[in-house]
Amino acid sequence: MRSSEADPLKRWSSLRRFLAQPWVLGLIGVATVVLIWLLTTASGAVDKLFLPSPQAVWHAGQSQWQSGVLLKDAVASIQRVFIGFALSAGLALPVGIAMGTNPTICRLLEPLMALIRYMPAPAFIPLLIIYFGLEELPKILLIFIGTFFFNTLMIMDAVKFVPSELVETALTLGGRGLPILTRVVAPFIAPQVLDTYRINMASAWNLVIVAELVAATEGLGKRISLAQRFLRTDDIFVGLIVIGLVGLTIDLGFRFLMRKACAWAN
Amino acid sequence: MHLNVASVCKSFGYGPKAKQVLDSVSFDLHSGQFMALVGSSGSGKSTVMRLIAGLERPSSGEIRLDGQRIRGPGADRGMVFQKYSLYPWLTAAQNVAFGMRLQGRPKAEVRERTAYFLEVVGLVDSARLLPRELSGGMQQRVAIARSLAAEPKVLLLDEPFGALDLQIRESMQEFLHRLWLQTGLTALLITHDLEEALLLAQEVHIMAPRPGRIVRSVRADLDRSSLAHLRVSQPFLALREELASCLRGLDSNLTA
Repeated sequence: MRSSEADPLKRWSSLRRFLAQPWVLGLIGVATVVLIWLLTTASGAVDKLFLPSPQAVWHAGQSQWQSGVLLKDAVASIQRVFIGFALSAGLALPVGIAMGTNPTICRLLEPLMALIRYMPAPAFIPLLIIYFGLEELPKILLIFIGTFFFNTLMIMDAVKFVPSELVETALTLGGRGLPILTRVVAPFIAPQVLDTYRINMASAWNLVIVAELVAATEGLGKRISLAQRFLRTDDIFVGLIVIGLVGLTIDLGFRFLMRKACAWAN
Repeated sequence: MHLNVASVCKSFGYGPKAKQVLDSVSFDLHSGQFMALVGSSGSGKSTVMRLIAGLERPSSGEIRLDGQRIRGPGADRGMVFQKYSLYPWLTAAQNVAFGMRLQGRPKAEVRERTAYFLEVVGLVDSARLLPRELSGGMQQRVAIARSLAAEPKVLLLDEPFGALDLQIRESMQEFLHRLWLQTGLTALLITHDLEEALLLAQEVHIMAPRPGRIVRSVRADLDRSSLAHLRVSQPFLALREELASCLRGLDSNLTA
């Protein structure tokens, strides 16, 4: 033990092994930013109103949690995201598979979808408010509009890349129609579909905050815009950090699901 | 079993852009026979196979299996592709069982036949491995077992060993030969490797390219008791040389 400590070469290599662990550098990156944040606020160089200290943000978070506001807001936002995204994902799957397997359907729908895909979803907010008011429906629809076309086109691409040998083998083994879809196409595209959902979930999460900034009675985005009105930057920071953490958790959840369900693709 | 291919032509595309890939191909394949089609790329040999499998339709002429005209793919014509045809999310055993499960056979029967065919191809120990954990040769043996387990009347082999290393190829040729002796399967092999064709098939058709057609057919009634001896035996070498010069002649016609 002593000799290995004395040997700088060995110490260097054990440090490198430590750094090579997947989460170590990531944590160092986060810790560095927090540290800079801490030092900057402690030095008093920046007005507390613009940049609250980490401690102040922690206390703001605690009081939001104790009053129950934080949980209520988080639940409201998460619920909107899940309903909107479930609709989008659920509909994108059959439409994407249909477009990927049938050239006629693909030629019919692809230009339309490619066009709508480039219309920024937040630009639909005024229309959605005119049509559906300020309730839940317009927010859910916004998430749907913002993710459905991406989901569909990405699933279509996944289907198009199913190797023809896999389908033709099933045909020469006596397979027909639906069983080929469920036993060959579906398992083959499963990893890409999960990855598609994971990527587009991030924009769903962006959109719900945008929708709440515009009009809502509760939600993490609503909390941020309220905090702005009262110059409560500490509450804004709480909102931002919680939004990030929830998003990250969802992302990790999808990664976990993919590792479990599609071990063959790793 | 009688497979009859009669004056089959195939063109891809329409009008002036149409390209003829097969010109009046005819042959017969009977139960227990091992036949090979040999040709360079572009000779349409893979197209012949896809037509028999029912994955393509002939432009003219017809293909009949036991008198029934072929209208589409079916389990009576099993096919083994050159590569990438195992389902990567299924284990070796599940791949072998795949066709039988598509056919809706009873579970007990599927289990029993899966075990049997894994044994036939010598992969009992690898039953639970995923395709990516198997070597190329093992993967092709699983693919062959999967086709055989579905009980086809004829096994279509489309360059099954084309992607394998030379040594593995030779052992796979031995394997396929033993399998043919053991199970009495009927097989149509497509290859660009003349030696492979002559080792395994009693009847060899040489195909010429553009448009693909059969230019030479030989019966190769050779003593196949030992493939290792056969590879260096005089009649085998003589026949190989004769057909090789025929193939070379086709190539020089092309370049001239």
